[in-house]
Parts: sequence; structure tokens; C-alpha cells
Amino acid sequence: MIARLYRRPCEPAELLIRGVHVLDPRADLDEARDLLIRGGVVAELGAPGSLPAPADGEVLDGSGRHAFPGLVDPHVHLRTPGQEYKETLETGTAAAAAGGFCALIAMPNTAPVVDQASVLTSLCDSAGREARVPVGFLASITRGLGGEELTEMAELRDCGALGFTDDGRAVASAGMLRKALQYQRLCGGVIALHEEDPALSANGVMHEGAVSARLGLTGIPSISESTMVARDSAIARYEDARVHFQHLSCVESVTALAAAKQAGARVSGEACPHHLTLTDDVVRTLDSRFKMNPPLRSEDDRRALVEALRSGVIDCVATDHAPHARHEKEVPFEQAPMGTTGLETAFAALYTELVLSGELELGVLIERMTAGMALYDLATPRIAPGEPANICVVDLGARWEVGAGGYASRSENCCFHARKLHGRVILTLADGAVAFRARMLAGVGAVA
Amino acid sequence: MSARHLISIDDVDRAGIERILDRAESFAEVSGREIKKVPALRGRTIVNLFYEASTRTSSSFELAAKRLSADVVSVRSVGSSVDKGESLKDTIQTLSAYDPAAIVIRSPHVGAARLVAGWCDAAVINAGDGKHEHPTQALLDVYTLRRALGSLDGVSIWIVGDVLHSRVARSNILAFKRMGAEVTVTGPPTLIPRGIEALGCAVQPTIERLGEADVVYVLRMQHERMRESFIPSLREYAACYQISTTRLAPRQLLMHPGPVNRGIELSADAIDSPQALIGEQVKAGVAVRMAVLYELLAGTPALAAVA
Repeated sequence: MIARLYRRPCEPAELLIRGVHVLDPRADLDEARDLLIRGGVVAELGAPGSLPAPADGEVLDGSGRHAFPGLVDPHVHLRTPGQEYKETLETGTAAAAAGGFCALIAMPNTAPVVDQASVLTSLCDSAGREARVPVGFLASITRGLGGEELTEMAELRDCGALGFTDDGRAVASAGMLRKALQYQRLCGGVIALHEEDPALSANGVMHEGAVSARLGLTGIPSISESTMVARDSAIARYEDARVHFQHLSCVESVTALAAAKQAGARVSGEACPHHLTLTDDVVRTLDSRFKMNPPLRSEDDRRALVEALRSGVIDCVATDHAPHARHEKEVPFEQAPMGTTGLETAFAALYTELVLSGELELGVLIERMTAGMALYDLATPRIAPGEPANICVVDLGARWEVGAGGYASRSENCCFHARKLHGRVILTLADGAVAFRARMLAGVGAVA
Repeated sequence: MSARHLISIDDVDRAGIERILDRAESFAEVSGREIKKVPALRGRTIVNLFYEASTRTSSSFELAAKRLSADVVSVRSVGSSVDKGESLKDTIQTLSAYDPAAIVIRSPHVGAARLVAGWCDAAVINAGDGKHEHPTQALLDVYTLRRALGSLDGVSIWIVGDVLHSRVARSNILAFKRMGAEVTVTGPPTLIPRGIEALGCAVQPTIERLGEADVVYVLRMQHERMRESFIPSLREYAACYQISTTRLAPRQLLMHPGPVNRGIELSADAIDSPQALIGEQVKAGVAVRMAVLYELLAGTPALAAVA
């Protein structure tokens, strides 16, 4: 059995968090607890004030704060290898930890592409030295993301690939995708799909609608995504293959995914914080931070995504964290690369825009922000005795301005930049170790 | 949006447009004098930065600045450092060293003028940014129509042709609506952007009801922006949408922003017909651009934020 998540060696946490409000929807836990972590493992959950301080650990005051299972993100771009000026394994995982994430899955559209064992092996080794939170990797479906030849999927699986994706572009050829799905029977692993019919989205830079008509920008119609979701659901069902649809953005895709699930296809879907909270209306500013693919769509699309996330048609949240350097984004909208960073703002953006507005319950949000690893056959973080400590502690009352204190990411192309959000992550434990700790979080009685 | 710049027709309300046009009337009088110059902007520097081919817009901006006695520097992308890969931001920072009072920019990219406004202290005038806007064209078209008709209130204006690729269409729909006109767009359905009615215009698939128009504003077929097949052929386009004297009633006024594709969107007889205002539009260019420069640099700000 090979490891599938990689992280630098870390000291196991010895910690007592007193009186923190523990919310773990899967454990039906939603009340104040003393939370004791010994040797990086959740040792005990006791009534507030009931647990004695560990002899060789630290005690933190959790009152007024919430502890959730650590968030997971099945879709990030860490830009390594090859584009380390945008992000590195170190800075990307630091951003993840600052956002409360305890596990990530990185996409293979790097330079070179993760399309052969040597690239993947070296990447896993680097993550084993540099990553602050555990990272897993997808390899590409086709060589060089070219859409024409399958990668050596079996060998890549043996070297640690969690699955396969050509994310950043679609597998345009139905025949090519079908072969990949057939081959999945040999190698296993989920096939994750960026859905976009290039014949319909060609040259588009934003959602096609009233705003693109006003601005004179070429539109990306929502059908460029949904027709591919429908097509690939049908192929997945025919081949009885497992397919995960990445960053769904529109109501038509939600309808197609719901129909596929109804028909018994083994399909799942993810939605991104920006698509769940923003619409193409913000693109009127022509701020290139709002340029991403798929694009921000209409309010009807946004509402459909939130409802699908609530109902479970969409299984999980993924950030599609896509860092780009400042000089790449400081150009006219059409010339700017697609993508927004998202790891540091995902929870606060969704909490502020969906939970505080009453659109989504907090427990459902936490469930969906911790569901992504299970789709790749990895463990879901739990706050329960005997479980490795994968926990994020959040001050829901804290209001902060995005970017005001800089970013942990190497890049600053965040679509929530300068927004005031509620809910600040103050502590992240990832696989038993402290991965992030806010400066404001002081111990109340460090013993020893 | 700041009142210091003219980037979109949304930067200027109806009263502001009327002030600019009134001033343009008096500058038109200057252009009729033997010495076509006033000292309004003496000692001020104006940079014309053109990243796209242009004859009438660049020459009329240059002439407008010179007639106001400003010092003018014209930079074109070909043969400049832009050709060597310099970014727009770096170019603007370089030009800012000359402390220009205004930068007039044309770019193939939507939003370029707005970015420039954020990067320098100069007043920025958008001389066309991709398919987005061309506000001085809209102002000179309103000026031309106001001279011909007195007022645009209640006037029915049909914009015919390639709306998808046209910045002129976007600025003109907004400006004509703001001045009280009713606007209808028509053209090949593949060249009418989805959602355009949100700008407040009606959409017609054919020119069948063209007779309802008081003014027919014909757009240029922009082959240079077309990377795919939007229409089966120019021949079929002409058959369905070309404006000729047989398709125009004598009372209808005809406009075109130029340059014309003779025999495609307009027939030769239409171009040369007495109801065509095409020559008037070109003539209006200098006076209206003088008025815009004057408003931004010398006059009281009439460009009020309405957006």
C-alpha cells in the first residue's frame, strides 16, 4: 500500500482546547467541549472544564470559538513544478492551513504536466519535504493535456496518483474519454472532469449574458459546460465508470448531474466558493480578479448551485485555488489568465454570504467542506476519540478584510480581495500536527 | 467612475452631453476661421496612444488637440517599445514621466482605458477599447443628429449590422437612449450578442420593418475581428442586410461610423445619397473632440458620474 497524501515531517500536537464549541455534523456533535489531543490524536472529548491539562502540552481557551473537522479541498493548483513564481508547495499549503484546510488534492496542469511517473514521484518527494498539510496529486488523463493519448495510468496509480484529470481543459473527444473510463477498470482512481465544449466556449472570457453584451466581451455560454456534463454522464453510465465533475457553474449542469445520479450513474460534483457567492455582475468592474474558468454566472445559476449543494446533488465544495502573479493579472481583462485564489477565504466567504444570509445551514456547509476526500477514497476528517487530529478552530465573530494583512499564498489574485468577511480561522490541525496558528491565539496556561 | 475621464458613455449624463455638444458648436465655428486655433490648452501635453489602426479617430484627436494649442505626442504600437513586448502598464509609466494632461488611448482590449486611468494622473479618454466602447464616436454621432433633427427625443434609430463586434454600437445605444431616442438593433442573428436588450434597445431579426426608422445607422462589417464563420458569405449578408437607396425611404437619414465597406453593408448609391450624413459625422469629429478635451482639461466638469 503506498501513501497517497504527502507532507513534511511534523511534531504531533499535545493540546487541550477548553470549552470550544465542537461542530461535527457526521458525529451529530454540536456543543461546547474540552478537546484533548495527545500524540496528534483526539484523545478525549469532555464536558467543558472537565479535562485536566496535559502534563507536557499546551492549553488554549476555546470559549466563544468553534472547532470543525478540518476542511478538505479536492481541487487546488499548487503550480509546482514549473510555475513556482505563482505558488510553491510551501506557500500553497501555508495558504491552505491559514484557511482551515487539512488536506488538498493538487491538479496536474503544471509545467511539465504530471503525465508520467518521474514527474509525479519527484512531486510526491517534494511534498514530503515541503507541504504543511497533506497533499495528494492527480495525474493527467492525456499526455501533455493534449487530449490525444492516454497517460500510463496504471503506473501513475502505482506511484501515488489519486486519480486523473485534464483540468484546465476538457477531454473534448468523447472517444478519448471513453477509453480513459474503460481503462479505469484496470487502474482504479477517480476521473475528474473539467467540462467545457471548446467549440461553444471558444475565445470566451466571461459568462455569456447581459453583462458580456454590455462590455463587448466574448461570452462562455453555460451550455458549453452542461452539454458536456450530460454527454460524459451518459458515457460514465454506459461504462459504469466513476466520474467527478469539477467546478460546476450553472443551473443546466446541476440539472444534468441530478438526472445522471437519478439514473444511477456513479458521478459526483463539486462547486467553488466564488460560483456560490458571486455573479457576473461584478465583472462590470473589469477587475481581472473576477476572471476565472468556468466564469462567474448569473444569479439564477448561483442560486441553483447553492440549492444543489444543500440538497447534496453537488457533493462538496472545492476552491479551484488558482494563483497567478500580479504582472500576469495587471493587464486588460481579455489578456489576463483565468483563475482566483481561494484557500484563505473559502470558509469565511461561504459563511458570510451563505450561512449569515440564511441560505445554508452551518452544519451543511461544514459537511460539504469536509466531503471532498471521500470522493477519492480517502478518510473524511472526524472529531472523535481515536481519530487523527484534523481540526480547524474558527472565531465566527471575527470580521476581517481580505488581503489587508497580506496573503499566505504567493499570489494575491483573490476575487474576495478587500471584502469584509466574517469568520476567521485561528488554528488548523492537519493529520495530528499544528499547521497554522493565528498570532492572536495565546495559550492560557502552557504547562511544562 | 470619475468625472476626470471619458471612458464610457456611462460617465456622462444628458446635461453633460448637451454641454459638450454646445461647446462643440462653438468650436466648429473656430474651424471655420482662417486661423483655426484657440489658446485654451497652451502648454498642456496630450499623448495619443494608438494600439490599433485608425485614420479618422487618431487624426481628429490630434487636430483637436492642436487647435486647442496643446502639445501633442502620438505613439503607435508599430515601431514603438510596445512592438518589443512592453506591457501596457510599463508604457503608461514611461509616458507618465512627461506629465501629460491627458492620454487618449485606443486598444484592442476591453477595459484598457479604465486600467490606464488607474495607473496615471492624466485625464484618460477612451478612443475605443476592443468591442466595449467608443464614447467620442457616440458623442459626434449625437452632435450630427442634433444638428440635422434639432433633438433626438422620440426619434427611432435602427442600428444595422455586426453589433457583436461593434464598440460603436454599444456606446451609441447608450448615448441615443440617454438623449431620448428609441433604439432598435438588427443584423444577422449570429452577430447580435445574447443579452443586448439589457442595454434598453429592441432587437429585430430582419430589416423588414426598417421603414419605422427615422435614422438608419449602419455598422461596419468587421472582418478583421472575425475569427470564425459568423455568416455564410458577404454576398448573403448584403442580400439580407445591405442598405441601399431602394431599401431607404427618402425621409430617412443614413449614418455610418466609417470606414465603409462599399458594396457590403452599404451600396454605393446610398453612400453618395443626399440623406447620408457620413461626411457630416467626420466633420463633427474634430469639434466634438475639442469639446471633450476642453471639458476634461479646461472647463468645469460636465462629465458627471451617473453609473
